[in-house]
Amino acid sequence: MSNWKLVTTLTDIPQLGSRVIKTATMNIAIFRNSEDRIFAMKDECPHKKGPLSQGIVHGTSVTCPLHNWRIDLASGEALGPDQGCTNTFPVKIENGQVFVQL
Amino acid sequence: MKQKLVLIGNGMAGLRTLEELLKINAELYDISVFGSEPHPNYNRIMLSPVLAGEKTIDDIVLNSLDWYQQNNIELITGDSVTKIDRVKRQVQSASGQIRPYDRLLIATGSNPFIIPIPGADKKGVIGFRDIADVDTMLAAAKTSKNAVVIGGGLLGLEAANGLMKNGMQVTVVHLLDSLMERQLDKPAAALLKASLQQRGLNFLMEAQTAAILGEDKVSAVQFADGSELAADLVVMAVGIRPNIALAQQSGIHCERGIMVNDTMQTFDPKVYAVGECVQHRNICYGLVAPLFEQARVCANHLAQFGIARYEGSVTSTKLKVTGIDLFSAGEFHEAEGDETLVLQDPSQGIYKKLVIRDNKIKGAVLYGDTMDGTWYFQLLREGTNIADFRSTILFGQHDLGDAGHGDSKVLSLSDSAEVCGCNGVCKGDIVKAISEKGLFTLDEVRAHTKASSSCGSCTGLVEALLAHTVGDGYDAAPSKKPLCKCTDHSHDDVIHAIQKHPIKDMRSVFQQLNWKTPDGCAACRPALNYYLLAAWPEEYVDDAQSRFINERAHGNIQKDGTYSVVPRMFGGLVKPNELRAIADVCDKYQVPEMKVTGGQRIDLFGVKKEDLPPMWKDLSAAGFVSGHAYGKAMRTVKTCAGDTWCRFGTQNSTGLGVQLEHLTWGSWMPHKFKLAVSGCPRNCAEATIKDFGVVCVDSGYELHVGGNGGIKVRVTDLLCKVETEQEVLEYCGAFTQKYREEAHYLERTAPWVERVGLSTIKQAVVEDEAQRKVLYERFKVSQKVSQIDPWKARAEGGQAHEFTTLNIV
Ligand code: SRM
Ligand SMILES: Cc1cc2nc3c(=O)[nH]c(=O)nc-3n(C[C@H](O)[C@H](O)[C@H](O)COP(=O)(O)OP(=O)(O)OC[C@H]3O[C@@H](n4cnc5c(N)ncnc54)[C@H](O)[C@@H]3O)c2cc1C
Ligand code: SF4
Ligand code: FES
Repeated sequence: MSNWKLVTTLTDIPQLGSRVIKTATMNIAIFRNSEDRIFAMKDECPHKKGPLSQGIVHGTSVTCPLHNWRIDLASGEALGPDQGCTNTFPVKIENGQVFVQL
Repeated sequence: MKQKLVLIGNGMAGLRTLEELLKINAELYDISVFGSEPHPNYNRIMLSPVLAGEKTIDDIVLNSLDWYQQNNIELITGDSVTKIDRVKRQVQSASGQIRPYDRLLIATGSNPFIIPIPGADKKGVIGFRDIADVDTMLAAAKTSKNAVVIGGGLLGLEAANGLMKNGMQVTVVHLLDSLMERQLDKPAAALLKASLQQRGLNFLMEAQTAAILGEDKVSAVQFADGSELAADLVVMAVGIRPNIALAQQSGIHCERGIMVNDTMQTFDPKVYAVGECVQHRNICYGLVAPLFEQARVCANHLAQFGIARYEGSVTSTKLKVTGIDLFSAGEFHEAEGDETLVLQDPSQGIYKKLVIRDNKIKGAVLYGDTMDGTWYFQLLREGTNIADFRSTILFGQHDLGDAGHGDSKVLSLSDSAEVCGCNGVCKGDIVKAISEKGLFTLDEVRAHTKASSSCGSCTGLVEALLAHTVGDGYDAAPSKKPLCKCTDHSHDDVIHAIQKHPIKDMRSVFQQLNWKTPDGCAACRPALNYYLLAAWPEEYVDDAQSRFINERAHGNIQKDGTYSVVPRMFGGLVKPNELRAIADVCDKYQVPEMKVTGGQRIDLFGVKKEDLPPMWKDLSAAGFVSGHAYGKAMRTVKTCAGDTWCRFGTQNSTGLGVQLEHLTWGSWMPHKFKLAVSGCPRNCAEATIKDFGVVCVDSGYELHVGGNGGIKVRVTDLLCKVETEQEVLEYCGAFTQKYREEAHYLERTAPWVERVGLSTIKQAVVEDEAQRKVLYERFKVSQKVSQIDPWKARAEGGQAHEFTTLNIV
């Protein structure tokens, strides 16, 4: 069952930044780090649902804008002493186009 | 294949180094640890409370056997290394075990010094160093009565107190006429002695021990004058000697200790050493705080980062005898030309002395009331100029406008008292985490409990709890606090490098200053972005991704992910058509709530992110610019009615406020920055709790700086008085620019003024006219680029990706 969706192009996501995808059920944040790796996860912090897309991206993690939890972009797990996890989605880049598997 | 690291000495400094190393690079080495003692690493400091019956051995283990296993560290206990072969690069132990190494770390600690007198080798004569010594003492206390402790220093007194608590008759024998002479001056030592005598300790002062008498077990101590004292147990606590025998045998250069350089490397580049066994810049340390600093530096080099340097430490001491408060730091004996400040209250048993040189604290001795020890120690390490508050300094920090957050309350707080209001952490939680998890540093407490990790106003309390719970093991912040975990450089180092090197973009900061992470973190990136912007206003290109979301989206993010919008109203003045425009915008975009703020303008809450640009467009058309209510930036200028209307007004405070706001709006700052102008000393605009406040008087304008009305209220200091509005603008610009160029990111003017001292600021802004003009000029240059309204720019399409979502079904 391959339901890859074309969502945007790599250059439309700022480096160390994100864009938000609206689906019928939720918002998905799609991040680009300094090495042009792409990650996608539900735009909801495991702490109090802060919009992770609005956080500061560094390395392979993002710091939530509301209370500074750090979330691992690849696994969706909270890092450090905090505990919690948010859903992630598979992503791929082909010819500069970004696909997310929903 | 991984490299091999061998650690000799399973003690506090060695293991701390391993912990620091694992934190930065857990993959580099296969690690083996040799320890003479049969235990995993424990908190040696806490042997005193164990002896006194206040703690058990289990309580004080720092790294359990599980910890070694989880981190794949081979631990060989009860086995001393007897030989280091530096040619073959391997070590050999007493039991014959051999381990090769690529890097060797020596952390063998020190040995108690046993005075070489006849009989010193008899049974019942011991030092006070390890668990075995404590076991010997506890066993002796069960079967016999008389104990003699030789040495009236820190260790001796803690041993004596513990033995007494176990029911022994204890006499402390001291060579000099004053106890703890290396930490205390005579008046404090006398208070200490009186208090210990009252608890039942006996003292024999100015007595020189000549021999230990007895068959094979001790029975008495004999002194130089021939007198004797009966003893079943003798504890020698006259000092420690770095344990260097093994290193010396292996041909590693030693003097009193193993010689190391600022990277903790010995003369053999493969061999590092940390802890009490080393001699660094001619000093051998005997307290853990400096050893932990060494450990951090050493780990950095073992991990091959190669940037940290250990430059020596100033230490402070506390005595761990429950009920006795004593603190000592630095040079407490005044030298020629020093001044001393003394507060003495004999009936309360309080004595405080500060040694001052050139208006800086050089040393401190506190007895009876040590609450401000942490503060004095910080002033000492940071070399703060105390001229501005020396007349009240002995009364403590709370005298400096601290609204009740001082640590003086920490002991009297109950366990259920909330210490960290932001994260709802109680005193009991913090104390429990510190003792159960073996925490030593503020950062560790923050990571484990979240206390003090948000607004930071409780930091002082948490530090005080740390200091009281772990005693001197508390790893007080080094005088050069790193900017964040990504670097060892302090804020000042970074600001200096950016301005002087010069460095003009973020990637170059990372490279030239050896950042440890590929692209910093949420703490350092905003700081660096600000420092670069402040230093190179015309060249640096602002990095949106390094700004906290509020500044990136130019609105305050709300708990539900919407934003608030606060248009600027210069000086709080507003016209009917402007109010109408705001009302129309609220209708058009269905703003759920409007509120008049504390900053004399109107806040529109709950705006959807995608509505921001069109809304700004409408506001812009009506003449509004951003109020920067979201930024580390100039916020508002609060004004009062002034002489236009008010019967008491002396000057046009409203008009001056509008001018000030036109001068300063748009300016990025280390932290938020607020101004106010009051038309007379009734001060209706609350100018004396603002970062820059003006109070108009008949003859001109009083300028006030460094006020804060937030978490910790601080009243301003008077900067000076000027006569014209033009001067107000110039002084304001110069003060603002000095703050912009020198303060640390997230440091408001209030703590900044306290840190650098009002006199430094006066010198630059008031006394030195040329410098004032230069600062003012630089501020205006920076304002040329800052006063481009960010809202208008985005309404016209700037940063569009920030505000549009990608819709898919
Ligand atoms: C809107 C306003 C409350 C109001 O409705 O009156 C407000 C709202 C917030 N304040 Fe404030 N402060 C407001 C006036 C004040 C004042 C009063 C003043 O300026 O006269 C103070 C005390 C004076 C002072 O700063 O010295 C004040 C002291 C703080 C502090 C503590 C600052 C400190 O240095 O201790 C914070 C926390 C911080 O900055 O880290 C804070 C933080 C906040 C934040 C930004 C919290 C946040 O980070 O999200 C609030 C945003 C609410 C939102 O979602 O929009 N707010 N805040 C006021 C906006 C003024 C404006 O027009 O720009
Ligand atoms: C009773 C007491 C109270 C103290 N109170 C305080 C206080 O309040 N505040 C403070 O800051 N400091 C205090 N200290 C000092 C503090 O404990 C030491 O500074 C610290 O433990 C030194 O750490 P280290 O790693 O250098 O040495 P240690 O912790 O002594 O570790 C060295 C280890 O190496 C082992 N070793 C030695 N040679 C070999 C070898 N050849 N092979 C294998 N293993 C070897 C030793 O057995 C020992 O276990 C106190 C010390 C004592 C004894
Ligand atoms: S507006 Fe200010 S005082 Fe009110 S809840 Fe927010 S931060 Fe606290
Ligand atoms: S909602 Fe993300 S840290 Fe609180």
